[in-house]
Amino acid sequence: MKYKDRIKGLMILMGVIVAIAWVAPVFILLNSSFKSLKEIYISILAFPKEIVFSNYTQAFEKLDFVQSFTNSIMITVISTLIIILFSSMTAWVLVRNKSKKSTIIFMLFASALLVPFQCVMLPLVDLMSHLNLMNRFGIVIMYLGFGSSMSVVLFHGFIKNIPLELEEAAMIDGCNIFQTYFHIVLPLLKPIMVTVSIINAMWIWNDFLLPQLVINKTGWQTLPLKTYLFFGQFAKRWDLGTAALIIGMIPIIVFYIASQKYVVKGVTDGAIK
Amino acid sequence: MKKSNWGFWGFIAPSLLAFILVQLIPTITGIYYSFTDWDGIGKSKTFIGLRNYSEAFTTDSKFLHAFIFTFAFTLCAVILVNLIGFLLALLVTMKFKGSNLLRGIFFMPNLIGGILLGFTWQFIFVQIFSALGKKLGISWLLGWLSNTETGFVGLLIVVTWQLSGYMMLIYIAQLQNIPNSILEAAQIDGANVFHRLRHIILPLVAPAFTIGVFLTISNAFKLFDQNVALTNGGPANGTQMLALNIYNTAFFESRFGYAQSKAVIFMVVVAGISLFQLKIGKSKEVEL
Repeated sequence: MKYKDRIKGLMILMGVIVAIAWVAPVFILLNSSFKSLKEIYISILAFPKEIVFSNYTQAFEKLDFVQSFTNSIMITVISTLIIILFSSMTAWVLVRNKSKKSTIIFMLFASALLVPFQCVMLPLVDLMSHLNLMNRFGIVIMYLGFGSSMSVVLFHGFIKNIPLELEEAAMIDGCNIFQTYFHIVLPLLKPIMVTVSIINAMWIWNDFLLPQLVINKTGWQTLPLKTYLFFGQFAKRWDLGTAALIIGMIPIIVFYIASQKYVVKGVTDGAIK
Repeated sequence: MKKSNWGFWGFIAPSLLAFILVQLIPTITGIYYSFTDWDGIGKSKTFIGLRNYSEAFTTDSKFLHAFIFTFAFTLCAVILVNLIGFLLALLVTMKFKGSNLLRGIFFMPNLIGGILLGFTWQFIFVQIFSALGKKLGISWLLGWLSNTETGFVGLLIVVTWQLSGYMMLIYIAQLQNIPNSILEAAQIDGANVFHRLRHIILPLVAPAFTIGVFLTISNAFKLFDQNVALTNGGPANGTQMLALNIYNTAFFESRFGYAQSKAVIFMVVVAGISLFQLKIGKSKEVEL
């Protein structure tokens, strides 16, 4: 028993050391973000002699934070909402309507998961510029198009296991297809909705390439895109750069801490199913 | 509902139309464009047969290098990420105070986008490593990201840091499915920690390995953001991965048709590896 406890203690100690190494990069970043540029170059490893908070106010301004944060939030939230609404509707009728066309449409959505983004990006940009969709409205449509594959597959798997009786009863009582869906089915989908929302929101929030191709215009840029442009402009300014990176990480870390349980469930379920 | 075609198509239309517009049409036209001399958004496309493909396979040394780099990188990432992810999962499923905190810490990098991760580690490798190297007189800490080797290892560190926590969550879910009764029975029969790991835990976690390896391959092979932010493919295209090579061919050399042919090759390889690996993995699983 004692031997076992010692092993366990040793393992935990190792775990704590690894965990410290794991947060070290972010800690170092945080530490440097309070230093002047001169101090970063002279004594990068030490604690800041005096706290320079102006890095943050400058980075905040250079990132156009209010604007780019608003763009990111709006695009992420609206895209995620329409993805979960339309994908769940699609998945529901595909499950309930057992026919050849349902199978074909489902396979279409699923097989697109194997197509990498690089393979569609050039024709997509070409097509979208013809349709005048190279804007913030267009990118939401694109997120719906890309997000629907995974989301339909996930909803499909979940809805298959929901008993049909409730819906049949509702139909017999005179509910039409919309009433049945919104009053009966939708409330039952809550657990999988959380999963699908988390997966899509995380991907869209962090996405860089699609915004770079579609909405790379002043005033439209999202936070990752603006961060990238920021480093193009201030490559050697690590005083501002470290602060900008911390600013960029804060929203996602706050979100994670506030909804850790759902994030972990969403990410795990999304991967396993 | 079965009789109402209107309801069927009405419910499917919004996501199906977006899907067709954004994924289906570009995939199909993209295959056609790969046989053309297309050279820019909105420009004309003339059919030139297999010329793009023969160039990609024969004379494009940058593309070949990106291919080898990406394969080697993916192989290393699959091993490292899943090994570390599995060890972290074993660690945090031992019940002790603070195991939840550790779980949260290990998973955290996965939430941060590739662009931010790339620049963060660029700072660590270039500024912090060299400062440490000078202070402690360790020469291998100097000059990181200034050659292909350190670029490769650097990228590997970034991706391992990012994905291990993700794989950890998948392995935790699987580990928690193993009934305690089996482990206890084995213990009573005299199986030590390593026996239990080798003969009970590993076979039962196998399905999760299939998923973990699949996700790591897909993430590592298609890596773009981290590649752009960490080294941007440099120095001298030495760390350019496939996705970035395709991007640069299109947007810096203005050769869209040629980039598209590489993208089609890329798709065939990604789909091929993914399906092959899933098939292999599935045949090795153990049902409880």
